[in-house]
Amino acid sequence: MTNPANPIRRIDVDYLARVEGEGEMHVEVIDGKIEKVEFGIFEPPRFFEAFMRGRMYTEAPDITARICGICPVAYQMSASHAMEDALGVTVDGQLRALRRLIYCGEWIESHGLHIYMLHAPDFLGYESAIHMAADYPEIVEQGLRLKKAGNDVVNLIGGREIHPINVRVGGFYRAPTKAELLTMVPELEWARDAALKTVQWVSQLPIPKMEQDFEFVSVCHPDEYPFNEGRLKSNKGLDIPVSEFNEAFAELHVERSNALQSVIRERGAYHVGPLARYALNFDKLGPLAQDAAYEAGLGPVCNNPFQSIVVRAVETLYACNEALELIDAYETPAESHVPMVAKAGIGHGATEAPRGMLYHRYELDDEGRILEAQIAPPTAQNQLTMEDDLRVVLEENLDMSDEDLGWRLEQTIRNYDPCISCATHFLDFTIERKESGAES
Amino acid sequence: MTSTITKPKLAVYKFASCDGCQLSLLDAEDVLLDVVGVIDVANFLEASREVIPGPYDVSLVEGSITTPHDAERIRHIRSESKFLVTIGACATAGGIQALRNWKDVSEFTSLVYANPQYIDTLETSTPIKDHVDVDFELRGCPINKMQLVEVVAAFLQGRKPNVPTYSVCVECKQRGISCVMVSHGTPCMGPVTQAGCGAICTAYNRGCFGCYGPMESANTEALSEQWKALGVDDRGLMDAFRGFNAWADAFREASDRHEAALSVQGVTE
Repeated sequence: MTNPANPIRRIDVDYLARVEGEGEMHVEVIDGKIEKVEFGIFEPPRFFEAFMRGRMYTEAPDITARICGICPVAYQMSASHAMEDALGVTVDGQLRALRRLIYCGEWIESHGLHIYMLHAPDFLGYESAIHMAADYPEIVEQGLRLKKAGNDVVNLIGGREIHPINVRVGGFYRAPTKAELLTMVPELEWARDAALKTVQWVSQLPIPKMEQDFEFVSVCHPDEYPFNEGRLKSNKGLDIPVSEFNEAFAELHVERSNALQSVIRERGAYHVGPLARYALNFDKLGPLAQDAAYEAGLGPVCNNPFQSIVVRAVETLYACNEALELIDAYETPAESHVPMVAKAGIGHGATEAPRGMLYHRYELDDEGRILEAQIAPPTAQNQLTMEDDLRVVLEENLDMSDEDLGWRLEQTIRNYDPCISCATHFLDFTIERKESGAES
Repeated sequence: MTSTITKPKLAVYKFASCDGCQLSLLDAEDVLLDVVGVIDVANFLEASREVIPGPYDVSLVEGSITTPHDAERIRHIRSESKFLVTIGACATAGGIQALRNWKDVSEFTSLVYANPQYIDTLETSTPIKDHVDVDFELRGCPINKMQLVEVVAAFLQGRKPNVPTYSVCVECKQRGISCVMVSHGTPCMGPVTQAGCGAICTAYNRGCFGCYGPMESANTEALSEQWKALGVDDRGLMDAFRGFNAWADAFREASDRHEAALSVQGVTE
């Protein structure tokens, strides 16, 4: 609160919690006017793009998985697709279905973690899900079991939940049998019911109002809600093949951030993630998830980032249902992967990580060794949009106490389920409030 | 705190890493609520805003040291921790980012970043034990969550953690998996890699790639001979040892041996 003896209002929240990784935010308010909003990422740089040079194309899925323990499948998928693009190989049929299935598992696990453990406590005023469990034991147990159902899918297909070992360029090391997949059906049926209850529960949380005019970007496929394949589209006219990513987007390096910020050339900030996928692919969600969304009060487009928790729940419901349909249609394939021969080339891959579109590009030499690697993670792409949201939330809530405002700003960042390890760190943020007439 | 009995305090810290090892604690869904019933999760930012000040009974440390700031931070954490346990390959062996230790980091910085002057980083990625005393190192990329629960329980009960140091081969035998090197000629790091994963790779028809780091007194030379017999050259062997535990002594020495062999052959990278 403003103290006449000390006109600078400062709120320090060192190490923003309930996000993956580490970053920093600095906000300055002078005479009630916002002078500066900086969301910096200073997760220690790990230089994946540099040390992958010289490694074999076959190693990219396992190495890039280590960028993020929360969404390793996304890295494995984007890397595999980019390598297959470079080598001119297509993965189809049941192997393609298995990729969608393991991605369903990661979405259920990651969304379950974020909805119940990281995000919901904000809406109800708890420091953590552990604190929340004291008053909502059944809810937290439901969240943990739902998350586990997703992990079980990744575990069965991938060999383990974190950094799966069964994904390779061209498919898998071993394709699971139909009988193995069928063992997951009862728990996934429970999970589908739990996901529906999750949609209903989160839609009744006290959700702050906010309306943003986002440029949403996601992978879009003509027939499917997007996981692995499609064109990159936006609600403002972008429609390109993945291979034109670098023509449409630019990655900027600004001070105070160890992540590169992405912009759409000539236009600026854009938004990737559940809200973007949802707005651009609502018609592919199927009746179960669509009806749940309508009943939760959503339309086919959602422009309130605080409602992302509801959209995540809708996507979780979709993923549970899709997993069951994929298992139902599955036939054990004769081969676990498509054969390929190393050759020189350039390949691009963009798939939908739980947090949004993840782009990889590789250039290979004629032995299949990596000459150049480029990775654009979703959280880096969302950085500027997150800053825009922070600015709006600040402007609309300057009358809040420092403590409440600080928490609301943290929540604003958590709307994006930021994976700062991916983007490259923890939020160590300060709010300074100054009055221009006063000595500071 | 409603009773006079104080629960032991647990803290979890992150350095350069992927978050996966601390996520293992949240992934222990079946036991998580039991764990938090008997210990105070006093400082675990991935899970909670609340930070109860130290000292802590057990601190779990994920990630490697790659910045001057982090080299200071780990000393402070050590001073506040009764037991300090490193979790995972980054904290225990420097992680995949230790591949920088063989390169010129300023070149790396300019490859990835347009404005390298904004980047503050050390030349090396090093394990926690290079900076402070460590009470126990839990291996794995990622760690095994049940081993994590065992290690935390052991320290709280004042006993030695029951974490085997034998090779992945033992786990293969326990699972009744026939040797992938012998039966289908697949190069496998299992004979020199510490157990803990449950021999998952061989169960999925691929060779081990060393996530748990070198086993006690690993015979890497014998393994290299085996791999060469299967047609893997020095470059392939160097890369195999330069994985997620590249900076662990036994693997580092083995990879350097193959690099030296390459330079004798006149092959440059």
